[in-house]
Amino acid sequence: MANVLVIFKREFQGYFATPIAYVFMGVFVALAGVFTMYIGGFFIRAQADLAMFFGFHPWLYLFLIPALAMRLWAEERRAGTIELLLTLPVTMTQAVLGKFLAAWLFTAVALALTFPVWITVNYLGDPDNGIIVAGYLGSLLMAGAYLAIGSCISALTRNQVIAFVVSAAVCLLFVLSGYPVVLDVFGAWAPPFLVETVSSFSFLGHFEDIIKGVIDLRDIVYFASLIALWLFLNVLALEVNKAR
Amino acid sequence: MEKRDGEMSELVRIESLVKHFGPIKAVDGISFSVRRGEVLGFLGPNGAGKSTTMKIVTGFLPADSGRVAVGGEDIAANPLAAKRRIGYLPEGAPLYSDMTTRAFLEFAAGIRGFRGEEQRRRVAETVARVQLESVLEQPIDTLSKGFKRRVGLAQSILHDPEVLVLDEPTDGLDPNQKHEVRSLIREMAPRKAIILSTHLLEEVDAVCSRAVIISAGRIVSDGAPEDLHARADGHNAVTLALRGVAAESARAALAAVEGVREVEEVGGGGEDGAGVRLRVRPEGGRAVALEVSRVVREHGWQVEGLMVDRGRLEEVFRAITAPDRTRS
Ligand SMILES: Nc1ncnc2c1ncn2[C@@H]1O[C@H](COP(=O)(O)OP(=O)(O)OP(=O)(O)O)[C@@H](O)[C@H]1O
Ligand SMILES: [Mg+2]
Repeated sequence: MANVLVIFKREFQGYFATPIAYVFMGVFVALAGVFTMYIGGFFIRAQADLAMFFGFHPWLYLFLIPALAMRLWAEERRAGTIELLLTLPVTMTQAVLGKFLAAWLFTAVALALTFPVWITVNYLGDPDNGIIVAGYLGSLLMAGAYLAIGSCISALTRNQVIAFVVSAAVCLLFVLSGYPVVLDVFGAWAPPFLVETVSSFSFLGHFEDIIKGVIDLRDIVYFASLIALWLFLNVLALEVNKAR
Repeated sequence: MEKRDGEMSELVRIESLVKHFGPIKAVDGISFSVRRGEVLGFLGPNGAGKSTTMKIVTGFLPADSGRVAVGGEDIAANPLAAKRRIGYLPEGAPLYSDMTTRAFLEFAAGIRGFRGEEQRRRVAETVARVQLESVLEQPIDTLSKGFKRRVGLAQSILHDPEVLVLDEPTDGLDPNQKHEVRSLIREMAPRKAIILSTHLLEEVDAVCSRAVIISAGRIVSDGAPEDLHARADGHNAVTLALRGVAAESARAALAAVEGVREVEEVGGGGEDGAGVRLRVRPEGGRAVALEVSRVVREHGWQVEGLMVDRGRLEEVFRAITAPDRTRS
């Protein structure tokens, strides 16, 4: 645990040692705002809630989180520091966790910086703030799942561009599996239970439950197990080909 | 500590290590052990498998077969315990380049389990030993190559490990720094088992108590640097600069000395060209200098210079790692 903390600290500070932190947070907050205010027709809807705001998060994360996650391991490989890190007395799991948690906290900070949207909606109307809190928590959980996928895929290559593209594609699959596009393809031949299963893997279904204010333990367990599964794969991926 | 002899003094034990990379056999049955107090110079042509062996010893790469024990702990079965005993400078000294020297060393100290005051003391001590004071607050990616190497070295000795594995520690250092690093290694040597790889043969003479040469993944020579010198063609050859004697008669007299294989003239001597320079090559590296100087005295030749050759390591290195046994 102490090792996780040391790695976590190094990683987290690392974001702020380069312009990555400021660029990422700036873009995240700006896009979240722009999407909600204009494209989402925030002012026209005349409805005091953040459903639109959260509704955009899965799409925002689709390219922002892989961009954040692509360097997690690919950069260690490229720079050779993976050899330094993994010959220190730390386990692979500690290293994976430390890096993941730092990236997750970083995302949480970016998410927290969207608070002006929350203030605005309270200024304009009388929203259910409980639902908004649930929305933030759900969004953070979903971001964790994106990050875990991105971290794992970043461990498979030393090329950050490949890591980005592949993680974005995998994340897209997870988002789309709740959409008719994918379900129709399955529905044409697969038995209904399979269609159900595929659709139950979708980020969207679980996320939409949460942002409606319905905090179901199953949705939380879904995201938590997804994170655990991908981090486990991340450890395996490193064990298998850390030298490449 | 010096008392713990016998079994305990064997800190690294490597048994029949084998490692393939696809079709390439990078390490092909390497075995050796290193005792406390030994500085083992690991030599071999490019691609011989030095770095690969070191990566296996330090637990970065798994071996295909074979065993590594560090301080009695098996690196595959008990990696954390083994890694705690090792300090490692990987090839090319990779570092987290976005950190400052201080932040990086504090990170390494943190992972080694040092906290608070103890951490500050360790970092300060190491910084002083490797002379990094001037670059403490500088981001690592702005450091020169030599300073980066020293930061890597600092990281490896920070926790005063029993076993040091250094992959080309003096690569990229200026002559002064090479000297400093070698002194540091010599100073640490009695308390540790040190394995260092190098392409600088003079380094072997300067710091190593033992030289292991590998080629194409196999050990081709293992012994004290002196033994290597002894295998050189020119080992114990005597070069003489004489005056007041004709080259022919001197050659004849010297060739008659027991153990001398041949005497060749290697040029005229002295500023006026009146002298003669001879190289006396012994049979099988025998020491003939005493005999030669006796002959010189008996004949009353004037000696301008007399030099006994130790034998050039480069010659030996080239001879035992002949090109047909190496690969790119
Ligand atoms: N990750 C890898 N994938 C494939 N082949 C590798 C890998 N690492 C090393 N090799 C190969 O293994 C062989 C041994 O390489 P190694 O780096 O151990 O040599 P070395 O003795 O350290 O050489 P040098 O003196 O150039 O540092 C080489 O043929 C090299 O190409
Ligand atoms: Mg090497």
